[in-house]
Amino acid sequence: MSDVRPEDRGRGQVEPDPRTEPVTDLPSQGRIAVASSGGAMATVRRGLQLSPEILVGIWLTLALAAVSTLGRIIVPIGVQQTVDTGIVADGGPDVGRIVLLVVLAALAVLVTGLCSYVVNVRLFKATEAGLATLRIKAFRRIHDLSTLTQNTERRGALVSRVTSDVDTISTFVQFGGLILFISLGQIVVASVLMFVYSWWLALLVWGLFLPLFLSLRPLQKVLSVYFGRVRENIGLMLGGISESVVGADTIRAYGAEARTQKRIDAGVEQHRSSATRAGVFASTIFATGTLVSGLAVAAVVGVGVWFGAPGSLTIGELLAFLFLVQLFTQPVQIATEMLNELQNAIAGWRRVIAVLETEADVADPVDSDRATVIPPGPVTARFEDVSYAYPDGPLVLRGIDLEIPAQTRVAVVGETGSGKTTLAKLLTRLQDPAGGRILLNGVDLRDVPFSSLRRRVVLVPQEGFLFDVSLRDNIRLARPDAHDSDVDLVVTELGLQPWVAGLPHGLDTRVGQRGESLSAGERQLVAVARAYLADPDLLVLDEATSAVDPATEVRLNRALDGLTRGRTSVAIAHRLSTAESADLVVVVDAGRVVEVGSHAELVNAGGAYSVLHTSWVAQRSSVEA
Amino acid sequence: MPDSPTFREGLGVIGRGIRDEPRTFTLAVLGSALFGGALAGSGWVLGQVTDAVLVPAFRDGVVSASDAWAAAGAMALVGTLTAVGVIIRRGYATVTQYRLQARYRRAVSRQYLRLPLAWHRRHPTGQLLSNANADVEAAFAIFAPLPFSFGVAVMLVVAGVTMFDADPVLAAVAFTVLPMLVLANGFYQRVMSPRVARAQQLRADVSDVAHESFEGALVVKTLGRETEETTRFSDRSHELRRANVSVGRARGAFEPVIEALPTLGTLVVLAVGTVRVADGAIEAGVVVQIAYQLTLLAFPVRAIGWVLAELPRSTVGWRRVAAVLGAEGRMAFGTTTLPAAPDGRALSARGVDHDVVDPDGSTQRLLHGIDLDVPRGSTVAVVGSTGSGKSTLTTLLVRLVDPVAGRVLLDGTDVRDVVAGGLASTVAYVPQSTFVFDDTIRGNITLGLEDGPIGVGDDEVWAALRAARAEAFVRALPDGLDTRVGERGASLSGGQRQRLAIARALVRRPSVLVLDDATSAVDPTVEQQILAGLRGTDGVTVVVVAYRRSTISLADTVVHVVHGRVHDTGSHTELMGRDEAYRNLVEAYARDAAEREQLAAGGQA
Repeated sequence: MSDVRPEDRGRGQVEPDPRTEPVTDLPSQGRIAVASSGGAMATVRRGLQLSPEILVGIWLTLALAAVSTLGRIIVPIGVQQTVDTGIVADGGPDVGRIVLLVVLAALAVLVTGLCSYVVNVRLFKATEAGLATLRIKAFRRIHDLSTLTQNTERRGALVSRVTSDVDTISTFVQFGGLILFISLGQIVVASVLMFVYSWWLALLVWGLFLPLFLSLRPLQKVLSVYFGRVRENIGLMLGGISESVVGADTIRAYGAEARTQKRIDAGVEQHRSSATRAGVFASTIFATGTLVSGLAVAAVVGVGVWFGAPGSLTIGELLAFLFLVQLFTQPVQIATEMLNELQNAIAGWRRVIAVLETEADVADPVDSDRATVIPPGPVTARFEDVSYAYPDGPLVLRGIDLEIPAQTRVAVVGETGSGKTTLAKLLTRLQDPAGGRILLNGVDLRDVPFSSLRRRVVLVPQEGFLFDVSLRDNIRLARPDAHDSDVDLVVTELGLQPWVAGLPHGLDTRVGQRGESLSAGERQLVAVARAYLADPDLLVLDEATSAVDPATEVRLNRALDGLTRGRTSVAIAHRLSTAESADLVVVVDAGRVVEVGSHAELVNAGGAYSVLHTSWVAQRSSVEA
Repeated sequence: MPDSPTFREGLGVIGRGIRDEPRTFTLAVLGSALFGGALAGSGWVLGQVTDAVLVPAFRDGVVSASDAWAAAGAMALVGTLTAVGVIIRRGYATVTQYRLQARYRRAVSRQYLRLPLAWHRRHPTGQLLSNANADVEAAFAIFAPLPFSFGVAVMLVVAGVTMFDADPVLAAVAFTVLPMLVLANGFYQRVMSPRVARAQQLRADVSDVAHESFEGALVVKTLGRETEETTRFSDRSHELRRANVSVGRARGAFEPVIEALPTLGTLVVLAVGTVRVADGAIEAGVVVQIAYQLTLLAFPVRAIGWVLAELPRSTVGWRRVAAVLGAEGRMAFGTTTLPAAPDGRALSARGVDHDVVDPDGSTQRLLHGIDLDVPRGSTVAVVGSTGSGKSTLTTLLVRLVDPVAGRVLLDGTDVRDVVAGGLASTVAYVPQSTFVFDDTIRGNITLGLEDGPIGVGDDEVWAALRAARAEAFVRALPDGLDTRVGERGASLSGGQRQRLAIARALVRRPSVLVLDDATSAVDPTVEQQILAGLRGTDGVTVVVVAYRRSTISLADTVVHVVHGRVHDTGSHTELMGRDEAYRNLVEAYARDAAEREQLAAGGQA
């Protein structure tokens, strides 16, 4: 896909919310845990609880799997029977008996094969259904989390929680898990048969394997440390490579190619060496298994013939035993490999569960008794002694008391970091206040169901994010049932027609990923058009037109005022032109409301607003001076 | 499938990997050959042991200690050789695989740093990242099972020779199973490939939906579209579920077949073997040997199937990697070295045209015959409405992109004739949105300058921060210049990021500074201070894209751009006098205020 108009591409805006908050390290509360706590069993239990479909009919599936495992012992038993009762039978080989045995065995193979097919299909259906549910639940939960929580994690990391982490689980359950189960079954069946043929040879084999079994867990732990390091290094490596792509402009402009390459090479090398180390370690464990298995066979031959030949064993039993040793060691080998995958799967499961265990700190009250729907119509908003602090941070808003009458146009002004954006977040309930409350027509914001709140109150953020569909569909996002003509009308009323006409396919132009074929200013136009289409009763604009040229901005603001409609609007203003045209100006400074009044009242009052305004006027008219 | 170009291409990828890492690959293959030979040999040894030791011992009821030791020793030897083979094979396969991955990741990222921005803009970020990561991995993942399959080939030869040597008839019976296995595997792969490919595609789709949806989380939330988004995601997830179940069906049908074939073969060997023993044609040991070998071979033979299964994935991965490696269009540099310019440089554009490629592949002219003159030491403001092409113009001036026609000149030299690195050392560009590297504040400002010929110390960095009005907030950071910023570090506000970017430009003491609306998120008063400071610096030529009148007021000349053409050029006062569109644009706020005042006054009257 080749998007692009190079102008103002949104590259480099990796950080999701580069707004006016002061520098903070990421908060530790209100974020998604890296992984859920709890042991492996607890994780599996919780995981199964969240995907109940996996357990539907699991007992039948496992029973069938057990039957199919039995298919594996057909060959050793066949060999023993053939040798003892056929080839070396008294009175020469008994061909008739052997043929009968072989036919019966072949039938058994077919039956167990059929069982194996049914097991596979049942397992896939059940786990896929269960994991689809888990995936969708986690996806929804991520959207339900507060913006603050969402922003504590990189988008890519959030995506992997609903994609690759879930895939790890499904791959494991369908491949590794089944193999692990069958392998364990095979170990049990082989052991039982070995004990039936010769308990002392069986003990010998177990004796040889015991150290390996016992060392598996500690080895596994070491291995998981190794692989954990690999995963970490993948992250670092990709981070480095992504800079060469996302920061391409800056790197070119500053000739920083060599430096970037050095950083990437270091990341690549780190990943290579850690991955190689982990791989070689895993190979060593596997080879040890092979060695033990070979030695077990040798021991069985030597010990078996020495103690068995005098009469406690038949030759057929000894030979069958050798096949059983194969049957025993193969799954042990495979199981060691699978245990590793099991750890990955549990790690994946933990990460998904962590999402679902993260409570939305801004919860939808839809199911609560207090839930109160706000009917359409003019909206009054009131802040009562509202304060706010970011997790682990100082108060950024304190003691805010503010009345926003219905049908007024309010401008909130203040310097960067004064808390005005936080005010907008609280008013649209992207965050809840730490103290005090915000009332909408007398109803506490926390009691308004989101379905009602998001219809009545719309925020236009500074960054206009666009989906990779047509311009028309992007605008329609605000009201999915809107007709094409409704969208056309919005464009006309906002005076955006000349702009739209200049696009290659008008409203049907595709905007590219994240809307990157449009400039930052153009994306803001779309965001405003959405809000206009949504037609809310309370409109909150957070520097929504900061990248738009002045003439267009003035035109948009006039249209948005919706004077005839009686909408309440609150604009977080970057330019004081907005304040000049507002009914009410709210001046925020260091987390407090320091002035409230009309532009006319405040402009000569000698307060904070006077100062801001003087500087603004100086800019606006310094040319004439 | 074996004749399709994919197969040949797959072989090509294998050949390339072998050429790149011949030593470790050969070691892996030798290890695998040892493994295969020893494993196949163990069956033969068992047959020999059966006939020479076991049968007589059990017949006579006694065995000599030396015989018992010899039997066990022979088996132990082949077992040990097998294990040694395994570790060499797997160890060096791992080394080979990761070396190849690292080699091509370096190559791909070098291309990213080398290829022109025009190329970057034709390729989505996500795709480029997956080229360097998942595609490189897919291309060389085949090197994990590959040495194994070479070993299997050795194993087949050894097994074949020993089996036919023991009894050609029984060996023939046993060997019919192997081609059937390979055939079944081939058929399996053919049925699986499209299903797996579809599942893979849907997995990517699910990921795309999630990515877009989470990136737009704020919009989704503020417009209350969570349910619609969940439905969109859920639809894709269920499609993926169905595709995965279809993979499961195919697997469920084939796995038992592939597992049953050697078992059935062994049973036939037993039956036929009994008949042969009854006829007196062979000894019991031969039956045991061949049955045992067949059991041993059944699993590794599938390694050939794994390689075949990996081939398409590997080919597709390599195609994507190769597309990056083979991408043409490097930004060519000339040989001209710019002389020192203590008084600044003159920048100009002559008849510059530029196109933009739309998502549908059509091109649109964005800039038409731009002529522009920025005398040395002067400040020029580029003014125009949203979408008029100002930013594109700035990227041409600093040669991030070359124009399709016309020339950009720096002190009369076409910027395309300047040596590599020549422009970056004298021209600084600050884009509208700041890219912050995952590094310290210092690293973000110097971008490697401290290791360069000039050498930049902390004093220079602080001076640049001071000029960008960023000193105060950096001083307030816990670790000062050493504070990590970027994705894993402290988060900065938009205005702070922009000031950092300006400091990044200033620390280089550029002779030309191009600011593309680079102070949009900075407080107006602070912006004033920064720009006034710049203007006071001697020997700096400044081009600034701006809306604010205060910014424009600092310019000696204003260039008004309308729909990608220079509409008018002159001083602000001149343009105010004769260019109505300019007046409308620049005066918008004042006019709006005036109109509102009039309205208010009218209302009161």
